Amino acid sequence: MTISLTAAAARHVEKSLQKRGSGVGLRVAVKTSGCSGFAYALEFVDAPNAEDQCFEAHGVTIVVDPRSLPMLDGTELDFVREGLNEGFRFHNPNATANCGCGESFAV
Amino acid sequence: MALLQIAEPGRAAAPHQHRLAAGIDLGTTNSLLATVQSAVARVLPDDRGNALMPSIVRYLPTGEVEAGRDAQAHQADDPANTIVSVKRFMGRRLADLPDPGALPYRFVDRPGMVSIETVAGERSPVEVSADILRALRVQAEASLGGELVGVVVTVPAYFDDAQRQATKDAARLAGLTVLRLMNEPTAAAVAYGLDRAAEGTFAVYDLGGGTFDISILRLSKGVFEVLATGGDPALGGDDFDHAVARWLCHAHGVASLASLAPHEQRGLLMAARTAKEALSESETADVSVRLADGTLWQRVLSRTEFAALCAALIERTITATRRALRDAKLKTTDIDGVVLVGGSTRMPLARDAVRAFFDREPLADIDPDQVVALGAAKQADVLAGNGHGEGWLLLDVCPLSLGLETMGGLVEKIIPRNSTLPVARAQEFTTFKDGQTAMSIHVVQGEREAVSGCRSLARFELRGIPPAVAGAARIRVTFQIDADGLLAVTAREQTTGTEAHVEVKPSYGLSDSQIAAMLKEAIDTSLDDMQLRTLRESQVDARRLLDATEAALAADAALLSADEFAAIRQTVFRVADALETGAAPGTLKAVSADLSRATEEFAARRMNASIRNALAGRQLDSLA
Repeated sequence: MTISLTAAAARHVEKSLQKRGSGVGLRVAVKTSGCSGFAYALEFVDAPNAEDQCFEAHGVTIVVDPRSLPMLDGTELDFVREGLNEGFRFHNPNATANCGCGESFAV
Repeated sequence: MALLQIAEPGRAAAPHQHRLAAGIDLGTTNSLLATVQSAVARVLPDDRGNALMPSIVRYLPTGEVEAGRDAQAHQADDPANTIVSVKRFMGRRLADLPDPGALPYRFVDRPGMVSIETVAGERSPVEVSADILRALRVQAEASLGGELVGVVVTVPAYFDDAQRQATKDAARLAGLTVLRLMNEPTAAAVAYGLDRAAEGTFAVYDLGGGTFDISILRLSKGVFEVLATGGDPALGGDDFDHAVARWLCHAHGVASLASLAPHEQRGLLMAARTAKEALSESETADVSVRLADGTLWQRVLSRTEFAALCAALIERTITATRRALRDAKLKTTDIDGVVLVGGSTRMPLARDAVRAFFDREPLADIDPDQVVALGAAKQADVLAGNGHGEGWLLLDVCPLSLGLETMGGLVEKIIPRNSTLPVARAQEFTTFKDGQTAMSIHVVQGEREAVSGCRSLARFELRGIPPAVAGAARIRVTFQIDADGLLAVTAREQTTGTEAHVEVKPSYGLSDSQIAAMLKEAIDTSLDDMQLRTLRESQVDARRLLDATEAALAADAALLSADEFAAIRQTVFRVADALETGAAPGTLKAVSADLSRATEEFAARRMNASIRNALAGRQLDSLA
């Protein structure tokens, strides 16, 4: 089971954590909602829970809860700039369908 | 694709909610509702796990309403207040019903649509359908946990404007927002993803509980066009049950089903149906029923025997299919795919017949009871804005031309048949008489050149046209058909902006086969129609010339000598005479031309006179 970050994504997470002044890593999770069934969530982590799994990529700690993990296995998180927007994008090999807006997906 | 940001713990924004949309197959026998979840269309069952809801509504003296299985349970003991197959009455007048006396209802003949008298008061088919739709809505909203933003309701391809409008009204009455009405065969084709093909011609064979429909569809450039429809409104699965029941009667020396007691008949039909369904899985089936006197009727029915019993029924579907293909001017080899719809197509008997006729394997992987609702659900999902990346929108076409009546009882077609919907077309018209201040607009549907051969949809008047000479006013008439095939007509006087508008709620009541009949008639009579048009046009021209000449003579007779005046009067009489005696177009044109020639000099003098009047007393330099 792996979840990875691109170098650009890692740089942005580090910068965000520094700006925030606290936090140990990035939580990547899947919630059951949205138009295609599931939606991603990204949050800062102050302290991981006992059941969480942690991964390291480019010096950044990624925290995933066990329920989300099977749906995220193999996902690569990228940080991209599109026109005026910038943000994280998921490359998830498990997703079979994305909704039009891309906020949610199906497995 | 949206880009995500990092949020504070527990604060990750919920993504936008799924907009709940559903497809509804409002059937004659059964209705069902489907929705797209996690990118897959599926049917929502009721709390007892049934996907299909019988299209039956029962009205109780207390004012309560039962729909579906609860109503079906009382079909036998409360027939007058338990409405079955209400779809057959949608948009129909009493006179349109084939045999109202055979039905257990107290019909009330209302203008536009028949009504049914129940213990809870009079109910129109629209209200009964709304009760079915309401039950489906409540069930769906309970299991989806939210309000439906919109639905797509399917209708048979042959439904006319009246029946479509009635269906839409029913959905609105049930508190549903109708995103679109969709043709049933189109929905079935969409469920199979046939709309993803670039183009093709498809046949949809729909053998339901009580009706058989065959539709030939052509897909080109993302538009499904209904090329032909056919079928039999009184042929379905029930007829196969009856065939088996009759066979068991005969085997026990009973002449007909009718000689049994009503509950014995029901028991026998149930047994027949069970056997029929079992034969779809196995080679033989038991048919057994216990009569009131305790005797047990029992026999084994084989597939071969069943096929022999039902051969005539199947042959009727194939005959109708052959006719639809002929109407579409196609051969079986032109068909790129055949879709099976309706529970009765589970019978291997029906499948074999379709396979043999088209010489290809029909599409039958999707549950034939659900396929229409599933296709409608896919369309509803897209229309509700839950697009899955592809900008996919289905279009239909209008089946008959729409136009309005012009002078002489002729039809000016504004929207030709087979125009892709939605569509809006406008055309300018003008006044016919001097000083005319109102115009009557008569909206008609059909292919004939004469109004009398078309169906009248609506009439309205545009008043407040500023008085002017004939032909000076400009009135813009706009026809607009929305995506459901419903028509709105607007007439607008261009100089003052005076406007009149009508939404066509057609005078309900064009029968199933009438569209086809009207089309055929238009083709058969196209030559007559052309001649009629020529005649009417020359009559209208002659009348206009006559009116203009008479007005000029009344105003400026002083410009003519007595001889000249008499000569013009003479020609005027000849034209008037030709008009009154209904002369041939050639004669009319000749006398009209004579009149034009006779008045040439007169017209020139009038022109000069009016210029002289205008210039009288003015200096040359003031005209610059």
